[in-house]
Parts: sequence; structure tokens; C-alpha cells
Amino acid sequence: MEIIGLLAEGFATSLSWFNIFVVVIGVTAGLFIGAMPGLGSVNGVAIVLPLTFIVPPASAIILLAAIYYGAMYGGAISSILLGIPGASTAVATTFDGRPMAQKGQAGLALIAAAVASFVGGTISVILFTFLAAPLADLALSFGPAEEFALVLLAFTTFLGLGGDDPYKTLAMILLGLVLSTVGLDLISGQPRLIFFDQPGFYSGISFLVLAIGVYGIGEILWTIEQSKDGQTVTTPKISFGEIWAGFKILLRSWKTLVAGSSLGFFVGMLPAAGATPASLMAYGIAKSTSKEPDSFGKGNVEGVMAPETANNAASTGSLLPMLTLGIPGSPTTALLLGGMVMWGLVPGPMLFIEQPDFVWGLISSLYTANTAAVLINIALIPLFVWALRMPFSVLTAIVIVLCIVGGFAPSQKMHDVWLIAGFGIGGYLLRKADYPLAPLVLALVLGPLMEKSFRQALIATQGDMTIFVTRPMSALFIAIAVFFVALPIISKLTRKSAERSALNPAE
Amino acid sequence: MVKAETLIAGALMIFSVYLMWHATVLPIWWVPEAGPGGGAFPFWLSLGMLIAASVSFIRSFSTGSDAPFFEPETRKLVAITAGLVLATIGLMMWAGAYVALPLFMIIYLRWMGGHGWLLISLLTVGTTVFMFFFFEVALKILLPKGITEPLFIPLYALFF
Repeated sequence: MEIIGLLAEGFATSLSWFNIFVVVIGVTAGLFIGAMPGLGSVNGVAIVLPLTFIVPPASAIILLAAIYYGAMYGGAISSILLGIPGASTAVATTFDGRPMAQKGQAGLALIAAAVASFVGGTISVILFTFLAAPLADLALSFGPAEEFALVLLAFTTFLGLGGDDPYKTLAMILLGLVLSTVGLDLISGQPRLIFFDQPGFYSGISFLVLAIGVYGIGEILWTIEQSKDGQTVTTPKISFGEIWAGFKILLRSWKTLVAGSSLGFFVGMLPAAGATPASLMAYGIAKSTSKEPDSFGKGNVEGVMAPETANNAASTGSLLPMLTLGIPGSPTTALLLGGMVMWGLVPGPMLFIEQPDFVWGLISSLYTANTAAVLINIALIPLFVWALRMPFSVLTAIVIVLCIVGGFAPSQKMHDVWLIAGFGIGGYLLRKADYPLAPLVLALVLGPLMEKSFRQALIATQGDMTIFVTRPMSALFIAIAVFFVALPIISKLTRKSAERSALNPAE
Repeated sequence: MVKAETLIAGALMIFSVYLMWHATVLPIWWVPEAGPGGGAFPFWLSLGMLIAASVSFIRSFSTGSDAPFFEPETRKLVAITAGLVLATIGLMMWAGAYVALPLFMIIYLRWMGGHGWLLISLLTVGTTVFMFFFFEVALKILLPKGITEPLFIPLYALFF
């Protein structure tokens, strides 16, 4: 009951006229950003973050969370109408969304996607509401050893579950961690890693500079290279009949929606997993449990609903560890976490005690954002069709200008703008060579916490490393981390053994 | 011919050695009564990065496809865009944001996008006016002006 009371107080914050306005603006911007091929929630949040200084922190985080939510809805629009996903999280939506559009059912596909996103969002926000406070209470007992072990665990999920080359992933995690140490040593206060004696490095490398570089400039360069073929936009027909049909299908597909929501929420909590694998897994489950599995990939509406439910639920799930433990569940939440630090807030369990208005205002705003997103999404479909016809060169020019100005604004140093260009070009090249960039950004955000907790734990024990395995929670996190590190090796051995058995069936 | 993947892994290896060298400015071992030295964390992590990049470097000789690293049809567009971004930032330091950024938009929209002058004018003027009112007037963040600074003094007098 206490949670209901706190949530009601949160609504008092989030339902102020100003914050409702902020949600509507955020959701609309997110829908457009998500719908634009090449831009997803992470790009939107990275580009808009420097502009949030104009509003108080509670409204700023509500704005960014609304963009995050809106972008999850918006990703489906270009998947269905254009046949190319607006973001990686909407890849699975193209499998059946595009065939539906080609059969003249684009309107139904868009409505099914919007309604499924709403259900995924609602179920996951309810789960979030009831899990946030207990998890924060548990995290209050964490000391430096547990904090270090938890951050280590977050990184090892990239090795075990990321699906990328483990050596490349490891190189990116370590690069991010080393870059996070640039500036002044947090214990002795002495300068370190001041490249070429440039004074700009004394204040460290901001996560925002890396994020704008990688997800702004780098993403634009990547999309320019990939967009060699012109795409045709399908114009959907939306009628009340289509909307009614969408709701009827929704009632029929409740099992898919509940499974997708729960799966999405829990997969979304894992830093290396997130919305993209959640949506692909939900699609796989919907197909394997369907009575008509052969119709998947040819325009089955459940093939649109399952991934859309899961990716929205995953976006809420990834907020949970960020808010309660201070460990982001996705690159976008890493940016939200960095933003909170920038606004003078410390994400983690103490936030629930020190800033309850902020925390519960944000949680309650997720309900508002979810409702606003489904309504605005359906109402503005004609506008999205128009926007998708916008030439990419216009979008490129505007995004690059916003990246340059947005990179300059927080620190007001040209040094940071040069770094953005460097990270943009470097990030583009690394991505081309299949180096994953999400661990790099997460490592830069979590690096200071990891180093601080590691050094504090060792100072407290006079260098006794066993502290990490003798404290129960820390030992548990380390054991899971070791499992994730071993996972690629185990899968490789299992694969080799299966191949050997296939080659020598007699053995 | 050396593959791009080999070059990138090699560059990461060189960068990790450079980071290790930089980290040794502060102690990299245990400092009595102060715990791990200030250089320990970056040094040992850079060593780990060197090992991981070395594995990728060695494996790049035996793996990978023969497909070109850059898409032949669009690599010129990518190179021009990256070059324009760098040139714009360089110009911004000398001539200021209100010359460099509109000029970037005009060149990009006309040359790369092939758009008409009306659209280019609307977008360029609209973006510049938004930048001025949002950053300078609302947020009180002064964007770099370079040699154009004196031209803004009457505007400062009007809005501040």
C-alpha cells in the first residue's frame, strides 16, 4: 500500500500541466526520432540531452524518458511503411510488418504495433512500480565490494550475452574504462592521461561527448553509407474499422502480449541484452507457439505484436537497474544516468530516500508517457508518412548541426567539439570492423564508480583481494560474472562437439 | 594488401601501449597507506586492452571476407561528410558558429542534397535563429563567435 501512496504522490508531480506538456513534446519527438531510419532512442537522447538544461531535473528526465518511450513506438513505423527498421529494436517488426503493408494492411499493422506497444509498456510499468522499491532497499546494503562486483557483472553480460566477438567486446569495455580515468585521479587528485598536455583533458572525457560522437556523427556516417538504395514509403489507410479490428486481434492475442511483456521486461534489465534481443526472442516464441507458424514472415499480425510488446517492455526494464542500482540496463539508460549525474543527482538506492519526488515522478510519468504515446502515435500517422518522405540529406544537415552545438553547450569548450568529431569518425570505423559500441559508452559511464569502489574496497582491507569473494552478495555477483565470461567458451566447445557428432554419427 | 580489420586492431594495440605509457606518470603498484596507485587502474586495463586487441589482430589474418571494407558506391559521400564536419569545426573556431554552421548547411544541402534555394534558405535561417534564441537568449550559453564577435554586440544589448 505504501507503494500506491508514493505513486500517487509521483502523479502529483508528473501530472502538473508543465510535465504533461513535457511528456507530449518528448513522446512526439521520440516518435519522429524512432521513425527515422538510422536514428533510435539512444541517438535521440544523446542529441537532445544538452538541450535539457532549460528545465528542472525532474522535467528533464521525464522528457528524456518520454523520448525513449516514443522512439520505441516510432521504430515500428518505418519498419512497416518503409521496410527498414527505424532502430535495431524494431528489426523483428519488419519480418511481418512489411509483408502486411505490401498486402494493403499497413494501417492494421501500425495499429497492432501501437496497441501492442501500449500493452507491453503498461505491463512493464506495473512490474517496475512494484519491483523498484524492494530492489532499492536491497541495494542499500551494498558496500564498495558489492558495487564493484555488480559493475563487473554488468560488463561480463556483454561478453556472455552480447553475441559479438568476445575479444572485440573486451577491448571496447577496457577502452571505455581507461577513457573514464582521463582527468584528475579521484583519490590523490593528481592529473593523469592528459594527452598532448591539452588542458581540456583535465576535466576528463564527458560521456555526452562520446555519446554524441558515436551515436550522432558516427551513426549519420554509418547511415549515409548504408542508404545506397532508395526506399518506397507505403501509404497506410486508417479507418475506425481498422482500429476496431486492431482491438479485436489484441483480445485474441493476449497470451502473446503477456509473454512478450514479461520476457521483454526481464531481458531489458540485462545490460548486454535489451530491447533488440528481447523483441527477437518474443518473435521466436510467438512463432513457435502459434497454431499457424508457417504464416509468420508472410504478414501475421502476431509477428508484429510480439516484438513490439517486448521492445517497449524492455525499455522500461532497462530503467529499473539504472534507477535502483545505478547500473544502466541499456546505452540509452546509460545516457539518462549520465544526465542525472550532470544535473547533480546520484542514481542508485539513496535516490529513493533523498529524492522521492524525483523517483516517483519519473515512474508515474511512464504511465502518462505510455498513454500519450499510443494516442499520439495513432493520431499522427499521416504526419509520419510525410516525415518519412523527407530527404535524408535534410535530416543529416540538421543532426550534424545539433551535434556540434549540443556538444559545445554543456562545457562551452571547442576541445569537446573536436573530440565529438574524433569519436564520431573513430566510432564509425570501429563499428565497420564489428567492434560493439554500447559497451564502450557504458564503460565510460560506469568507469568512475568501478574504480572508486575497487580502490575503496582494497584500501579498507589493506589490499586483501579476498573481500570480493568473502562477502556473500559480492561473491554471488562474481560467480555469475565468471559464468558469463565462460559462456562464450562453453558455447564454442558445445558447438564443436555437436559438429564432431554430426560428422561422425557412428561414434 | 593489409586488411582494414588488421589496421584497426593494430591501431588499438598502439593506442593501448600509448595509454600504458601515459598511465605510468602515476604509481601503478600498491602505495603504502593509499591503496592502488593513481596509474594502476588505467595501466592494467590498458594492458588488458592490448592483449584483447592483439588476439583480434592475429585472428584478422585468418578470418574476414574479401568484401571491400567501405561500400564502393557511398564511400565518397561518407568521406565528404566527415571532411565537411571537420572543416566546419575548424572554421567555427575562427569565424564563429553563426558563419560556419549556416555555411555547412548551405554547402551540404546544395551540394550533397541538390535542394532548391528556397528550402535551403528556410532551413538555414530557421536553424540559425533557433540556435541564437535557444542557446544564447534562453540558456545564456554563448556560442563561439570568432572574428564576428563585434557584430553581436548590438544583439547582446537588445536581449541581455
